Amino acid sequence: MATAQPKKTLTGRITEILLSDYFVLYLSVAYVAVLAPFIPTLLAPENFVNILSNTWPLLIVAIGQTFVLAIAGIDLSQGAVIGLTSVVGAMLIAVGGNPVVLGGAPLWGIFLTEQGGLLNGLTLAVPLGILMMVLTAALIGALNGYAVAVIGMPAFMTTLVTMLIIGALAIYLPLSYNIEQLPESFIKLGKGDLISLYFGAKGESQIPRKIIYSFITYPMVLSLSVAFFAHVLLNRTVFGRQVLAIGANRKAAEISGIPVRRIIILVFMISAVCAALASVLYSARLGSGRPTLGAGTFLLDIIGAAVIGGTSLFGGKAKIKWTFFGVIFFVLLSNSLNYMNLTAFQVDMVKGVVIAGAAFLDVWRTRLLRELT
Amino acid sequence: MTAILEFKQLSKAWFGVPAVSDFTLSIAAGALLGFIGQNGAGKSTLMNMVGGIVMPTSGDMIWRGQSFKPANPAEARKAGIGFIHQELNLFSNLSIAENLYIDGFPRKRGMIDWSGMNQRTASLLKRLALDVDPSLQVGRLSPGERQLVEIAKALHNEANLIIFDEPTTSLTPREVSRLFETIESLRKGATTIIYISHILGDVRKLSDQVVVMRDGRLVDSGMTADFSIKRMIGSMIGRELAGMYPPRSMPPGTETMLEIENLSQPGVIEAISLRAHKGEVVGLFGLLGAGRSELARIIFGIDPHSAGTITFNGKILKGGPRERIAQGMAFVTENRREEGLMLDQSIEENLALASIEKFGAAVTGMVDEGRLSQRAQQLSHELQLKAANIHLQSAKSLSGGNQQKVVIGKWKMNEPQLFILDEPTRGVDVGAKYEIYSLIDRMAASGGTVLLISSELEEVMGMADRIVVMNRGEVVGEVSRKDFDEAKILAMAFREV
Repeated sequence: MATAQPKKTLTGRITEILLSDYFVLYLSVAYVAVLAPFIPTLLAPENFVNILSNTWPLLIVAIGQTFVLAIAGIDLSQGAVIGLTSVVGAMLIAVGGNPVVLGGAPLWGIFLTEQGGLLNGLTLAVPLGILMMVLTAALIGALNGYAVAVIGMPAFMTTLVTMLIIGALAIYLPLSYNIEQLPESFIKLGKGDLISLYFGAKGESQIPRKIIYSFITYPMVLSLSVAFFAHVLLNRTVFGRQVLAIGANRKAAEISGIPVRRIIILVFMISAVCAALASVLYSARLGSGRPTLGAGTFLLDIIGAAVIGGTSLFGGKAKIKWTFFGVIFFVLLSNSLNYMNLTAFQVDMVKGVVIAGAAFLDVWRTRLLRELT
Repeated sequence: MTAILEFKQLSKAWFGVPAVSDFTLSIAAGALLGFIGQNGAGKSTLMNMVGGIVMPTSGDMIWRGQSFKPANPAEARKAGIGFIHQELNLFSNLSIAENLYIDGFPRKRGMIDWSGMNQRTASLLKRLALDVDPSLQVGRLSPGERQLVEIAKALHNEANLIIFDEPTTSLTPREVSRLFETIESLRKGATTIIYISHILGDVRKLSDQVVVMRDGRLVDSGMTADFSIKRMIGSMIGRELAGMYPPRSMPPGTETMLEIENLSQPGVIEAISLRAHKGEVVGLFGLLGAGRSELARIIFGIDPHSAGTITFNGKILKGGPRERIAQGMAFVTENRREEGLMLDQSIEENLALASIEKFGAAVTGMVDEGRLSQRAQQLSHELQLKAANIHLQSAKSLSGGNQQKVVIGKWKMNEPQLFILDEPTRGVDVGAKYEIYSLIDRMAASGGTVLLISSELEEVMGMADRIVVMNRGEVVGEVSRKDFDEAKILAMAFREV
């Protein structure tokens, strides 16, 4: 075009940044830039690796939550699904069992014995175990979805009840004990590097493990693949459009012929399956099936990350990109607070204040957006 | 007589679009003013300025000799203005007395003085000849009784001026006559009344003066005795009635498109049989509660029916809206904000809502954005949407008429054969109305069938080839175009034949 680009004013630029899809990413970069001089370790390679390894599983769970938020729902049961699938996977693929610890547990003798889990010994034990974790989650998600879409229960109540039951079941099965002795090929999924980095001098005959930095890991590959797939699904396909339409106006969507019930059920299944995939990464990293994985304030991290990214709790407005940046911001926040010599209580207080600030910025953005359209 | 309320060049513009312009009028104390005008003529905006809901852009109001600028409804109420909205503002979970005293409960020794409150409410209700217990929950009252409670609320607030906005739309004929008696007695008690209604006969019967608004301006006013219905209509529309509707370009066909037989759902509709042909516009007329919208929802598969069949293009219909849409049906519901639009989404996304699956690739389900965008653009042009950028602009930002065109456009993407339009011109301005009528004509001319539901008889008479009249869930009569007669159709609707 021949017309000259009009000169942008400062407020115009600020508005543009505020409304950009990448706003939270800018915020994260700014946060690091401000803190880096005070906490030099923040940018150290080993910390970088640490930040990334905390990002990947959380990203997968938050992606699942994003789909549910997009239909104006909420899934409180994700943490419990992580715990239960961790137990389910471990009890099926463990290569041995400790009768002293687990002997009295309800799952002992049925799924797990001294000879290991039910699938132990099969060539495909690990993939089958993971498949069972995913199927378990899919079933829980389908039940959640059915209760919300067909029976008409509020998502909040439905998933709160699921959280209670599933969370308790996860602890009941192994009587709250961890299931150890997982196969090496499974544990590798949580820690294994595909590409590692070494910054030392060439020609060293022995490189200490400490200064090899994981760069591309299995969790990274898995979680980025999930993110890419979810991005295409939510923002580029008919299914994604219909998900957002249900969140924007369920009645209008129904009358316009969108298969609302089917889509709601699918969305809850996606959410639960994402939790199961994250559970694979967490369990592998810990090398055990842990029933209390995903308990406590973890739920806040998931929903917080998605919402800070810009996904609306009222539905109809969601992007995987946003959630990705929200997760990065969240992980950065937790990570940096660890270096400030604060007590756990102080960390939570500071975290709360920062989240409040981010939420305030979001309100501001929404208002700006409303004025512009 | 002294003026109780004066408007001096009062204007209100929304984002530069005038809703009320240069309105000047003096209302005498104790008058009963009939206010008429089409939807979008500016009556509501004007009254909302009096009621403190909307702030004027320029001009003045003088209330009992003093400049009056209510910043909120509470201020207007305190000044002595009672506003009875079309949609009543009562808490159905509270008692009548609680509703009256909602903004200030009387207290005795620090506790709410229930007995005093109920006593005073009872005396107010008695004045309105409403014989119910003040402690009764409002939710258990009939629509007519609720209206009287609203009036009681206005009286409780010692209103000198009471504005009635379309008070009769949800009332039975008996409740209407009771309301009129109440209004009559209020007038005797020297309360000034503004009565807004589309029912011109009522305005003629009740008021002593008539004020006509069109396009935000005062276009005509005078003593009711000098106002024939014909003059009212002429002033309201500013042209002859014949020009309100586009001429129908094609006669209706003879091939049956939709056939309904003995359709029933207990408590909703009763043994309805109906037939609509290709190229035909069938008007469904009836009073509020006649079951027209309910019938439409059943035809579209949103609500269930217990007996009877719906045959479309020779096939008996089963399933919900999704299946009906696949068969070639479309439904513009009466409340576009709740059921038609995604207000915060872009116009383009709204246009794509019902047809999105047609733009998806077979296996991956990826949306063909280019084709979608092109089709939406083309449709926006065809509908003459007044929007700057359909890709970015939200549906919320459009005027009522353009929003309605988006809802119609959403369905046109599917090229349906049967269009059910429920009150398609409600809340739509005159210009957009004409465009919607032209769309209806084009749908029929291209071989489609239109089922037009409307509470405005003129509209049905202007557009339909045939009118089916309903009353309380039953079809009570059918009139074809050559026999259209307002009095006859109304009599049918009231079951007075």
